[in-house]
Amino acid sequence: MKNSTLPELYEEMRRVRTFEERVGELFVRGQSAGSMLHLSIGEESAAVGVCASMRDGDTFTTHHRGHGIFLARGADPNRMMAEIAGKQNGYCQGKGGSMHIADMGLGHLGANAIVGGGIPAVVGAGLSARHTQSGAVSVAFFGDGATGQGILYESMNMAALWNLPVMFVCINNQYGMGTRIDQATANPNLHERAEAFGLAARTADGLDVEEVVDAAGVLLDGARSGKPAFLAIDCYRFYGHARKDKSPYRTDSEEEEGRKKDPLIHARGKLMASGLMSEADINALDARVAVEMDASIDFAVAGQEPQMASMFRDVYDAAQPEPEPVRTRIDRVLAQG
Amino acid sequence: MAMQEATYRDALRMALSDAMSFDDSVIVMGEEVGRYGGAYGVTKDLIAEFGPERVIDTPISEAAIVGTAVGAAMTGLRPVAELMYVDFIGMTMDQLANQAAKIRYMFGGQIGVPMVLRTQGGTGRSAGAQHSQSLEAFVMHTPGLRLAMPATVDDAYHLLRQAMTQPDPVVFIEHKSLYTMKAPLNPNAEPVGWGQANVLREGDDLVMVTYSRQVHYALAAAQTLQTDHDISAAVVDLRTLNPLDFETIRPLVENAGKAMVISEAVLTCGVAAELAARITEECFDFLEDPVVRVAGEDIPISVSPLLENNSVPTPELIIETAKKMFV
Ligand SMILES: Cc1ncc(C[n+]2csc(CCOP(=O)(O)OP(=O)(O)O)c2C)c(N)n1
Ligand SMILES: [Mg+2]
Repeated sequence: MKNSTLPELYEEMRRVRTFEERVGELFVRGQSAGSMLHLSIGEESAAVGVCASMRDGDTFTTHHRGHGIFLARGADPNRMMAEIAGKQNGYCQGKGGSMHIADMGLGHLGANAIVGGGIPAVVGAGLSARHTQSGAVSVAFFGDGATGQGILYESMNMAALWNLPVMFVCINNQYGMGTRIDQATANPNLHERAEAFGLAARTADGLDVEEVVDAAGVLLDGARSGKPAFLAIDCYRFYGHARKDKSPYRTDSEEEEGRKKDPLIHARGKLMASGLMSEADINALDARVAVEMDASIDFAVAGQEPQMASMFRDVYDAAQPEPEPVRTRIDRVLAQG
Repeated sequence: MAMQEATYRDALRMALSDAMSFDDSVIVMGEEVGRYGGAYGVTKDLIAEFGPERVIDTPISEAAIVGTAVGAAMTGLRPVAELMYVDFIGMTMDQLANQAAKIRYMFGGQIGVPMVLRTQGGTGRSAGAQHSQSLEAFVMHTPGLRLAMPATVDDAYHLLRQAMTQPDPVVFIEHKSLYTMKAPLNPNAEPVGWGQANVLREGDDLVMVTYSRQVHYALAAAQTLQTDHDISAAVVDLRTLNPLDFETIRPLVENAGKAMVISEAVLTCGVAAELAARITEECFDFLEDPVVRVAGEDIPISVSPLLENNSVPTPELIIETAKKMFV
């Protein structure tokens, strides 16, 4: 287990936040591929806290707000930023983008732009892990909004029924786009649903990353030995849903209050109070992270556009013929006349 | 109301608002349609006008949204459900294809399902593989469902009003790149009828049959073909794909002897395949050339704008293809 000390957890959370801030900059500079960029600012403890308890070989899927989770699992920020810019040197060669980053080497089975779309894959990964006795756990990360999808309940039921090494992590940032959790569900105690299916289930306060680490650690240990788990993490989505959303559906005072639930400020306070790090230490760390993340923008901007020839590649296995381009078809059809 | 400038988005909103004022049984439901005003702003302020009982924000539960609309439609309401992206249609496909589409027939004609499912599709926003598709063939392939795809501001208004009076379920697919398009709109004008195609440009040499955003690409291409290459191309905007108005297409093709079908959806088994087959079967004796399909590549849509833009027909591809039909 890496990143288990508070300074390490703080550093990882700072990396996530700064990366997301740089994603925002990439968009403002007009260098991102589109505006459907979902920042995880305010939810860093969820990504970092759970990932700190995961092991090499574990697999996971994420939702559309998944940059932080993948960073916390060891992603290269340069290749992530390049993917967000739609460049050839990104994780998915500029085909996927922010919402479809994946890397099999690091166990990332894929980010998803379909709410709930990545959840059942972890049940399948759980089956694989059991079959191969790999000892791996598979973790689905999703938002509170995904609790509206039936597939979550089908997946939890199967995981519990078959005692699979699976964990469901619901990052409850209180909103699905402009809809607050209480406007979308009559019972916001989300872990109770998982309990009803027979999973080990808890809610952790995302303000305190160490609380998330503890809860995730216990549940992941259980999952690894065949007791599937569910963890809800309470936090607040600091900014709009995607880059263009200015959150007109909530008040300034609500946002101000919500942003007090800042896991970085909280961790900072704990670091200084405990004497683990001085303010100067922390500031130096922040500055170091800023340099790393600045470089990711430069890397992305300098990256090449995908080659046109890559367009037809990877629809099928590389040993199979590529789909025929429309132009080629038209030329052959018209050559008959 | 007189002639006014409106965007495609405004026209859709006006259609919803006018229909809701006119008919108390019309309700709007879907994700973010109320307080947020719709992911693409189409339902903006409707909730202020009609209240949360008629403009209903739902959880992120597409299958149940469509299924709820089915039940409401069977019991006297006229629901207009919104599916934020047509890419999510798979999640609703049972409710749409096995329920909405089948209920009138399998229950021996006792009851219909007069609902509208509004959604939007297509490329143009770097929205990636799961938010950029053109899935109209799923709908057209399902007997019992009607399918409307407006290309113009006029149709954004009139076609949606017409959809809301149909006795059967209508899937109404907007194009995400057309929302900001502006044109004069007269809500009181006599509209082109439901199920009728619109000949937007006459032409003697070639007939371009298309719908949705590709109508604009076809019109631009037809203009260039006329001025630069002396090719006279007709452009037909189908407006509805079910019903399909073949009788408007037939005489044009019989006259020109050459036809091209243009669609943003993937080539294989797309709507263009059905249209090309139909023209070939019905106008066979008049055709000088095979009917050509200018359609989307048989690949997913990339987030990279470069790959995205080259995955679907462009005016350039239409022009290039038309020229090849005259060498
Ligand atoms: C099946 C599906 N329905 C709707 C959407 C549109 N959409 C994208 S994100 C989102 C809100 C998701 O909220 P939540 O799951 O809480 O995640 P968050 O954005 O808060 O991280 C919605 C409705 C989608 N992408 N997929
Ligand atoms: Mg949320």
